[in-house]
Amino acid sequence: MRPVRQPLGKDVVKAIRTLIFVVGLVFATGAVSAQTGRLEVDNAWARATPGKSAIGAAYVTIRSPTADKLVAASSPIAKKAEMHTMSMEGMVMKMRPVAGIDLPAGQAVTLQPGGLHIMLVDLAKPLKAGQTFPLTLTFEKAGSKTVNVAVEKIGAMGPAAAPQH
Amino acid sequence: MTLVAALLGAVVILGSGAFLALELRDNARGVAGTVLGSAIGGPFTLVDQDGKTVTNTALEGKWLLVYFGYTHCPDACPTALNNIALALQDLGAKRDEVRPVFITIDPARDTSRVMKDYVTAFDAPILALTGPPAAIAEAAKNYRVYYAKHPEAGGDYSMDHTSLIYVMDPKGRFTASFTGEDLPEQMAERLKKLLS
Repeated sequence: MRPVRQPLGKDVVKAIRTLIFVVGLVFATGAVSAQTGRLEVDNAWARATPGKSAIGAAYVTIRSPTADKLVAASSPIAKKAEMHTMSMEGMVMKMRPVAGIDLPAGQAVTLQPGGLHIMLVDLAKPLKAGQTFPLTLTFEKAGSKTVNVAVEKIGAMGPAAAPQH
Repeated sequence: MTLVAALLGAVVILGSGAFLALELRDNARGVAGTVLGSAIGGPFTLVDQDGKTVTNTALEGKWLLVYFGYTHCPDACPTALNNIALALQDLGAKRDEVRPVFITIDPARDTSRVMKDYVTAFDAPILALTGPPAAIAEAAKNYRVYYAKHPEAGGDYSMDHTSLIYVMDPKGRFTASFTGEDLPEQMAERLKKLLS
């Protein structure tokens, strides 16, 4: 007699079903947490400003789990805050305003001297090393976030506490 | 045939220029006294932060670190001036032989008063020079410094400008230059060699 194909044992079916359920659950929660994963702003720092200079620069590191864009900045310590980028063309330094700063999903974007920065225009008072001030960043998707900016010495190349690279 | 010759000629000139630049880069005398060196530097008559007239000849006798910038500059200029200050600190006793000079390419906003306030924030005896637009233009031209206004919203403007630190020897001759990439320690090393 030809062997009859046996149906899979009930236990095996149950095991496979559970496995599929568990794997599905893991993926589902993974997807959900990526959506609700929060945009983070770290290492907010600025340089002390010279004398009566009314212009300052603030720098931050931003990481967003999903693609987003920094579209505006403001602070009570300056009349306006604008995003600018520095570029060297040959030996000529140029500074240009940018309408927004793209934040690719999962990538840290660091504003630093010689590159992107938030220019603080018309400071109410010069910035002194050691002080802190609030800076509100507005993102296209993530809304507004306010961070405390630590003022470092004039000409500093990075925040004091963060690892230098 | 002439195209090939021209191309070859160009390659030779560019190649030797690059070779010369690299050769002289670590030379103890830098490019001072060479044809290459004489392209940079020249006379100027400007006004310092106390309102006194200063000419290039008055500054001879010391090494100069000359930087052209402006005070409404949030990034490159504070970096350059602070790097100069740090490099000078590294020189120890020899730092008295070097004078940092900051020349504004935005004389409309950078008056002597403004310049004085600005440079006192840096830990170095920076000579801050400004002057009538024509005098600034002459100084910039002699140093081959490009500068131009870039208007921004609300009537503000930033300045595009050549961003280099020029090292001039005590005879006022261009000797070497530093960029924003050069770290203070590297600048100090090079200066120590030149000063010895």
